[in-house]
Amino acid sequence: MRPQLESRHSPTRYISYVVGFVLSIIATLMAYLIVVNHVWPMATLIYIILAIAVTQLIIQVVFFLHIGRGSHWRFVTFIFAILIVLIIVVGTIWIMNNLNYNMMRMTPAQQELYMQHNEGI
Amino acid sequence: MKDIVEEIAVKEKKTLGFWIYLMTDCVLFAGLFATFAVLRTSTANGPTGAQIFDMPFVLSETLILLTSSFTIGLAIQGSARGYKKQTLFWLIVTFALGAAFLTLELSEFSHLTQVGNGWDKSAFLSSYFTLVGTHGLHIAIGLLWLVVMIFRLWYLKFKQSDLNRLALFALFWHFLDVVWIFIFSIVYLIGGLS
Repeated sequence: MRPQLESRHSPTRYISYVVGFVLSIIATLMAYLIVVNHVWPMATLIYIILAIAVTQLIIQVVFFLHIGRGSHWRFVTFIFAILIVLIIVVGTIWIMNNLNYNMMRMTPAQQELYMQHNEGI
Repeated sequence: MKDIVEEIAVKEKKTLGFWIYLMTDCVLFAGLFATFAVLRTSTANGPTGAQIFDMPFVLSETLILLTSSFTIGLAIQGSARGYKKQTLFWLIVTFALGAAFLTLELSEFSHLTQVGNGWDKSAFLSSYFTLVGTHGLHIAIGLLWLVVMIFRLWYLKFKQSDLNRLALFALFWHFLDVVWIFIFSIVYLIGGLS
């Protein structure tokens, strides 16, 4: 038996899922091949992988989760969650790196050497 | 007519409530990701990520989960048009892919612990097992939910409430796929570089 369905929002079409799926696979394979073949130096690679991951996040949010359709509160809470996530992750990495830097175990002589070599002081 | 309007309002509220739960889950994963990022290099003379991660294996895990995210979308499309058999078929495919993913992940975990690289080896491995294990736990709970829905659809009539539940499940499953993409990128690809 087919239930009677409401049609307030036009049903999302198959094509949206297919496009999202194909784009996600391309992004995944691209990130994988770049890393496995070491196309760029490591420092560059990290940023490129993160950029591809964020691109894929946007792809999936648009084509799979269909954000922006339905109530706008979903979009607002999503943006708020992203903000909290960024504060937690970036803040933690920032603070802990700073802490590691300030708490390096060194003798005064080593410290002086380190300062001369790495900080130019 | 009034009933339908009310029903849609209730459905929207439920969807929003579930969505807010997913966003708080995001914050949970953010904490675990931050921990991993900080402890990534704290290997305590144990192995580094590059030594223990098997890249082709992880890629196959990723592709399996990505495909299951696609098939749950197809199930939703079937259910929105009222096709019960099509919905059931794609739900079962999703379950099979999800179970395959979980099996691969567990076999990876048991392999790591057997060769002596368990969660107690170093801070890096502790944070790795916690982050990936929490995601695996979500997948396991999702599979349980999926089994319940498959049985409901198999034995009972197809109702509007089933469609709403399916839509919520699809949100959950897509969300887990998004989290896995970040695990794949940050833990395996970046963690496997050094």
